[in-house]
Amino acid sequence: MNLDAAFSALADPTRRAILARLAKGEATVLELAEPFDMTQPAISQHLKVLENAGLVTRRVEGTRRPRRLSKAGIQAMDDWLAMLRKALERNYDRLDQLLAGMEEPKKKRGDKR
Amino acid sequence: MSKLTLKTEGDTHVIVTRRFNASPEAVYRAHTDPELIQKWLLGPEGWTMPVCINEAKPGGKFRYEWADGKGHGFYLTGEYVALDPYSRIVHVERMHLPDPTPDNHVETRFDPDGAGTLMTIRMTLPDAQTRSAMLATGMEHGMEASYVRLEGMI
Repeated sequence: MNLDAAFSALADPTRRAILARLAKGEATVLELAEPFDMTQPAISQHLKVLENAGLVTRRVEGTRRPRRLSKAGIQAMDDWLAMLRKALERNYDRLDQLLAGMEEPKKKRGDKR
Repeated sequence: MSKLTLKTEGDTHVIVTRRFNASPEAVYRAHTDPELIQKWLLGPEGWTMPVCINEAKPGGKFRYEWADGKGHGFYLTGEYVALDPYSRIVHVERMHLPDPTPDNHVETRFDPDGAGTLMTIRMTLPDAQTRSAMLATGMEHGMEASYVRLEGMI
């Protein structure tokens, strides 16, 4: 799982729309191309980017190659964003303490830190 | 139970909100007074901000430098566009890793919320690609410890 590749794969609106469609269930290239004003090769190209980023997988079913969301890929991105939140939250927890300290000295004059 | 929200909006925005049990004036000061900023804007355990320059006036510049005490560090520079004490700050910033990242236009609002403050940060990146890069890697340098902890968990 390469997070750089995953996030840049998500930077494209067509690829986000493809992921949104796949979130409802697996689909073939033909089915995916339908709602978009795009050729199948163009959609295949987008799918390739998503597959390389670890966000989409394919399985073989006779002549069909249905694509589906990769749970592991989506989970890795969720974990990363959760960690970003945590790091920000850490700063703000410190700020909470600082703010609590700022209100106090006002009440207790002469209490220099 | 996290009070913080972090979400994307459209192709180029990132919105962060956080509530504080303090007045908008106090929260605003904690974002503009260098002595206060140096006490909390630190990222993971062990990191410090040895340099904190902040001219909180329109057109004023700021520069924050972080160090982990083991030879790693990076810095951020920016300029203030508008300041409405104690309700709103508009600024432009970029990380130096050491190459500068594309400019991030940031509007921070401090709105009264009961006895506290609701802070809303709205970041606007030049394009979707830049926003993705920021989310994927831009903050990684400041979060090494969290990153290592995450790796340990997987």
